Amino acid sequence: MNLVLESSVIDCHPASVPDYTPASQLRDLQLQRLQSVVARSWQHVELFRSRMEERGLAPYDIRSLEDIAKLPFTVKSDLRDTYPFGLFASPMKDVVRLHASSGTTGKPIVVAYTKEDVDVWTSVLVRCFAGCGLHRGDIVQNAYGYGLFTGGLGAHYGAEGLGATVVPTSGGHADRQIMLMKDFGVTAMCCTPTYFLHLIDRAAELGVDMKELPLRAGVFGAEPWSESMRKYIEKMSGIEAFDIYGLSEIIGPGVGCECRRHQGLHIFEDHFYPEIIDPDTGVPLPDGAEGELVLTTLSKQAMPMIRYRTRDITMLMPGTCECGRTLRRIGRIGRRSDDMLIIRGVNVFPSQVESALLEIEGTLPHFQILLTREQGLDQMEVQIEVTPQMFNDKIGALQGLHARLQGALDRVLGIRVRVALVEAYSIERSQGKAKRVIDRRTS
Amino acid sequence: MKIQQISLFAENKPGHIAAPARLLAQEGIDIRALYLADTEKYGILRMIVSDCGKAATLLQAHGFVAKVTEVLAVEVADRPGGLADVLGALDGCGINIEYMYAFPYVRSDRAILIFRFADLDAAIACLQAAGINLVASEELLEK
Repeated sequence: MNLVLESSVIDCHPASVPDYTPASQLRDLQLQRLQSVVARSWQHVELFRSRMEERGLAPYDIRSLEDIAKLPFTVKSDLRDTYPFGLFASPMKDVVRLHASSGTTGKPIVVAYTKEDVDVWTSVLVRCFAGCGLHRGDIVQNAYGYGLFTGGLGAHYGAEGLGATVVPTSGGHADRQIMLMKDFGVTAMCCTPTYFLHLIDRAAELGVDMKELPLRAGVFGAEPWSESMRKYIEKMSGIEAFDIYGLSEIIGPGVGCECRRHQGLHIFEDHFYPEIIDPDTGVPLPDGAEGELVLTTLSKQAMPMIRYRTRDITMLMPGTCECGRTLRRIGRIGRRSDDMLIIRGVNVFPSQVESALLEIEGTLPHFQILLTREQGLDQMEVQIEVTPQMFNDKIGALQGLHARLQGALDRVLGIRVRVALVEAYSIERSQGKAKRVIDRRTS
Repeated sequence: MKIQQISLFAENKPGHIAAPARLLAQEGIDIRALYLADTEKYGILRMIVSDCGKAATLLQAHGFVAKVTEVLAVEVADRPGGLADVLGALDGCGINIEYMYAFPYVRSDRAILIFRFADLDAAIACLQAAGINLVASEELLEK
């Protein structure tokens, strides 16, 4: 048996065994865990119990997985309203870790983990990395931010749990990231996709060709990114790029991840139960229909989340993956309902700007959206940094570029926007999630 | 015959030309000729400098978008009609000028015209056939 486990077959890390649980067995396990997490929340979380009582529900009303639709939703503001510890289901003596979101407005949201929760979190991340074809012997550079943000420590424990060598660089210091990547012979990178784009640009300026390095995989998450961005990253750096999904409210990174087939993200549904709902009516939608992803933590102790509305728009993919995993998959998340901007009554997503730029220039320049209000009317300006590939020393050619960008953005967004060509590095670089929108509209 | 020119993207804002100029000064790179093509929002700074390769590396390392292009330097008599003669020759060959600029040549009573063409070799042949003097890089850069 040991012989099999130590062989070089890529996906056969022992932690990955639950990925292949027969579907009927998985459903039984999910129901059993759902009943247990509902009972536990009922007992310990006042907000949940009062909402159940309002609906005339008790834990024993959950007799099948379909009954989950009877349960009340949890939303982000519930975490703010009960700040800091109101949704905990474990006494503080059992809590071994607290994380918090970078609250841009008011108080942050706080999440808690027991020892068991940290172990589950580690195990799902091991399964993510194993699914990406990483194993013991890989050198993983982790440039997710360490600290209150769940990305850094989550990926760290996961890569260590896999048996890989972790280089915990955290975010920032691009030149040092590139030096270590090169000197240590790093084989896999964890960070946000936009930060990796920044590293690609910086490496080129430093004369480092990423394609010549041992780096072969990137596990990118914490923000939505497009298929064309994947192609661009893979072309420029010669690596295989994986999309990893997660959110602090549920556990952090590791709720789901792509396997090497890259046909959607497998949800580790023995721990996180996925549903897709109509965001307007809250009604569950069938597989293949696009809607808002709702997740229930099936095994979380310190802070269970029942039917948490993620605001992420995706679908549950019908059918099974060629990789053999029985875990259901969600489509890649192109947009979050939170990111939606309403400009002169038209819905606009920053990711649309990204795909328009990639389409016309075949390169992804750094950009930022600036929203202002002039004489009562919303104005959207897209500032685009001129890259060496885009630059031409003839004014006519630059004006042509300007017109092409303008045309593509007008067409994709369906509204008239202002396009401004700006100098390289004039837009602030993110160390983590890209800050794409500056809203200066005063309501 | 071909001269290396460095072009830089710059936003049309106060101070945006000062930073690259200071950078070149610190490294002892001399600007021999300069032309700013501008629109309302942005412009292109084109320069002929004493060490083009070094200037390009330096500017790029500091995050500027800079590109090296090849141009021709044509010597003309600094008198009425000097420019018309050169343009007439190019017109006769059907050669289109992408852009041009001029500066006086301190060493003599002549002026230098810098030309950018889509087909540099065709322009060289045309100008030489018309007996017009093209200035070599070394000559242009010496003081």
